[in-house]
Amino acid sequence: MSGLFRYALQRLVLTVPMILILLTVIFLILRVLPGDPVSAMLGGRPVPPEVLQSYRVKMGVDKPIPAQYVTYIGGVFRGDFGSSMRTSTPVLRELFSRFPATIELAIFGLLVAGILGFSTGIIAATRADRPIDHGIRIFHIASFAMPLFWLGLMFQVFFAVKLGWLPVAGRLGGDVAFTFQPVTGFYVLDAIIRWDGRSLADIVLHLILPALTLGVAMTGLLGRMSRASMLEVLGQDYVTTARAKGLRERLVVTRHALRNALIPIITVFGLELAVLMGGAVLTETVFSWPGIASYLMRSINARDYTAIQGSVVFIALFISVINLIVDLLYSVVDPRVRY
Amino acid sequence: MPETRETTPIRRSLLARTAGGVTRGLRGQTVLKVGLVIVIAFIVMTVVAQMWPSMNGFDPTKYRGAPRLEGPSATHWMGTDQLQRDVFTRVIAGGFASLVVAFSAVALSMIAGSILGWISGYTGGWLDRSLSLFMDAIYSFPSMILAIVLVAMFGSGLSPMIWAVGFVYIPTYFRVTRAESLQVRETTYIEAVKAIGASRTRIVLRHVAPNTVNAIMAVSSFNLADAILTVAALSFLGFGLPPPAPDWGFDIQNGQKYLQSGSWWLITFPGLMIIALSLGFGLIGEGISDLVNPKRRRKLG
Amino acid sequence: MAQSDTVLLDVKGLVKHFPVRKGAFRRVKAAVRAVDGIDLFIREGETLGLVGESGCGKTTAGRSILRLVEPTKGEIIFRSRRMAGTAGGVKEVDVVKASRGEMKALRRDMQIIFQDPYSSLNPRMTVGGIVGEPLLVHAMARGEERKKRVADVLGAVGLKPEHMKRYPHEFSGGQRQRIGIARALVLDPQLVVCDEPVSALDVSIQAQVLNLLEDLQREFGLTYLFVAHNLSVVKHISNRVAVMYLGRIVELASTERLFADPKHPYTEALVSAVPVPDPDYSVDRIILQGDVPSPVSPPPGCHFHPRCRYAVDVCSKDAPVYRDLGNEHFVACHRADDLHLQPIHDRTTGQTGGPAA
Repeated sequence: MSGLFRYALQRLVLTVPMILILLTVIFLILRVLPGDPVSAMLGGRPVPPEVLQSYRVKMGVDKPIPAQYVTYIGGVFRGDFGSSMRTSTPVLRELFSRFPATIELAIFGLLVAGILGFSTGIIAATRADRPIDHGIRIFHIASFAMPLFWLGLMFQVFFAVKLGWLPVAGRLGGDVAFTFQPVTGFYVLDAIIRWDGRSLADIVLHLILPALTLGVAMTGLLGRMSRASMLEVLGQDYVTTARAKGLRERLVVTRHALRNALIPIITVFGLELAVLMGGAVLTETVFSWPGIASYLMRSINARDYTAIQGSVVFIALFISVINLIVDLLYSVVDPRVRY
Repeated sequence: MPETRETTPIRRSLLARTAGGVTRGLRGQTVLKVGLVIVIAFIVMTVVAQMWPSMNGFDPTKYRGAPRLEGPSATHWMGTDQLQRDVFTRVIAGGFASLVVAFSAVALSMIAGSILGWISGYTGGWLDRSLSLFMDAIYSFPSMILAIVLVAMFGSGLSPMIWAVGFVYIPTYFRVTRAESLQVRETTYIEAVKAIGASRTRIVLRHVAPNTVNAIMAVSSFNLADAILTVAALSFLGFGLPPPAPDWGFDIQNGQKYLQSGSWWLITFPGLMIIALSLGFGLIGEGISDLVNPKRRRKLG
Repeated sequence: MAQSDTVLLDVKGLVKHFPVRKGAFRRVKAAVRAVDGIDLFIREGETLGLVGESGCGKTTAGRSILRLVEPTKGEIIFRSRRMAGTAGGVKEVDVVKASRGEMKALRRDMQIIFQDPYSSLNPRMTVGGIVGEPLLVHAMARGEERKKRVADVLGAVGLKPEHMKRYPHEFSGGQRQRIGIARALVLDPQLVVCDEPVSALDVSIQAQVLNLLEDLQREFGLTYLFVAHNLSVVKHISNRVAVMYLGRIVELASTERLFADPKHPYTEALVSAVPVPDPDYSVDRIILQGDVPSPVSPPPGCHFHPRCRYAVDVCSKDAPVYRDLGNEHFVACHRADDLHLQPIHDRTTGQTGGPAA
């Protein structure tokens, strides 16, 4: 397995400078770019200079830029993301507490996208150029053109307001919020752990619309990839051989084609991550979902610089780690990558 | 008459836009034509709306003696909003920010990203490695969040959005042109030009770059489709044109407040416009891809 | 083929190694010894054929001489008339050490024709643009004058001035190769490296293009380095032939001598494979055993010894010396003096020969 180990090392070596670059870019955008962060935060209100200065010290912007940079990087590595200027609680703690909400949403969103995308892609591929293929392809293309926030709102209007089947927003209903005791922060998991059926039902109901929104928006990419990948695999010689052997079409598809079609899909999951996080911002805003993306938005609106910085850094780190893992997983699945 | 190969007719006919050139080049490309029709229609519509805002009798920005928050009717085809404005008029004009920002931003990223990509792809070495690393880092970060943060720092309005969205898409063009440049670099005709003694600049500008144009065009169409969505999202979040300018994203956010009372028309129609325009660009992209890569040619309609 | 006695190109000890990089830090692990020290010279007006199997380094050698690939070591002396200027005579330039300015000037004197007519022309440029570009790069002609020059050279290769406006994909393989030849000639070079110019063409076209090349040589006084793997093609067009194996020249002699009296076992094997249009002719075709070894780690001593049927002990220990056996017949073989190798029986040259000793 030394090939894998060497590849892992290579990727790790590459990840560090990438993270540093991201951190530096974030720093440049937030600190170096326009204006005075402090007065921006205070909303341009006239404030006595001593108060201004005290804020400056608190934020650390009284020091020269290079010194700020060093403190910033040092802070990140130490796990010190500073304290929110709005709530005075450590940013990292707030992020961690909201992190599971976003992850849970992401997972279920991906699930929806995966199921919808993969299945439609496969179906389209196996019936290529026939009407259903065209229909599915149009669906995929439309999914690309769909503004996520609009889709979410549409779902809200239709399913929550007009039909009243599902809750409009939030993660828990009011009455359940009183009795429910989270364990891990992943509410679905927690409800199962606590064997709390009533809470579970409520949680799932709240999850449906946001997950659907995220999922449908991402179906396009996964769907197209699945279709293309499946088509390519179906055209390969070993599939023709299987057919020539007289295997029934379904067996051909599932046993031989599917597994190999899966490989590019895994890549897409990695790619989807950035799209996912972007989508999370909009979904969490529309559905008032208490995740890190909505925390970021609230911090932006409040001009809470420390919190903004902390959230963005957190997201950058998270993405880098996940990408690394996906790459390694990918190299396990497809040995060609290692060499 | 020998079979025409992939490359040459597109660039000239699309750029020239002479009637004969366009129809000759687009013969049989239904997808592409549909997309172009949609996009051109939107552009025309937006331009007209800018010049004559009150053309159908309703001013998109001012109050009028219209009923408040009424659904679609004979007089108000798309209903009215809480300030008694006609939704239809606003929707017609609402694409302005999206179109302006999308085109400007994409132009910006295309130029910056492509130039960097050509140089990086052709030159190679440490320059290529460091640039690629930098671009990969930005590319891996969610573009939406990056755009939001940038706009939040720059302030809201058209100009900041252009810079923000433009910056975010640079890695896209960088990657495409770099990948194409790497391929082109290995071709024999590049070697031939080197054998003639051409300078590096000349090779990049007159040989490498033109051969990447096809890829750039396909990518830009998809990019424009994406940009429309991004701009709409930014406006939705409040970073776009300030009120009372008609804007799809802003109107949707406005409509969100009245969602519970069931005023669906405030949200639905602007959203449909966004979808249509984005779809238009997407179809153009599909069409161009098919044109450029005959292997992938599939008949869609 | 009008020849003079002046040597136009003199290559000494040319070496080109490609480093093999592995690992995250790109450490150089080994080297592909594409060209492992070759000596050759070409006289003005003559054609030197350079043959060998794929991977023997002949293509790399051709490109190194033109410095399209940076030589690792060696000397490439080119006697340029143009660079001597109005003073007349020649100026000797070492291509390996030439500065950028010198190199650019040299490019006018040394050109190359590529193997693949489909990839050697920029698909997005017109024929006129492709053939005229060298004139632009060297600022040799402008506007109308340039067009005329391009039309002239196109005419010389058998194409028409109207073709200038068309694109490469509108032409057949043979015609595209002519365009490539036109491009190489437009600067009026002294030396042209022909890198397997007919290998990618249909057999019926090959003869046409070869004849064209010969005609052009006569008309413009060109000197050719003709790289190929097909010995019968080389035999037809070359004055002298060099045989390469694994980066080294194993034999170099005039065409007649090479075929009538090959001195190297590898040449013997290659030569025996050349078809002769004589139904009564039969030969023991020598089939070489084994595969060509990797150029990363060639066999010690004489590179050819594992496949040589005449190999003796010393062949696996010492590399044979490349020496002149007389009459400019160069060989690198320990047993060159005592081997009697099978020549080609060819009615046109009247040579005969018996089987090997």
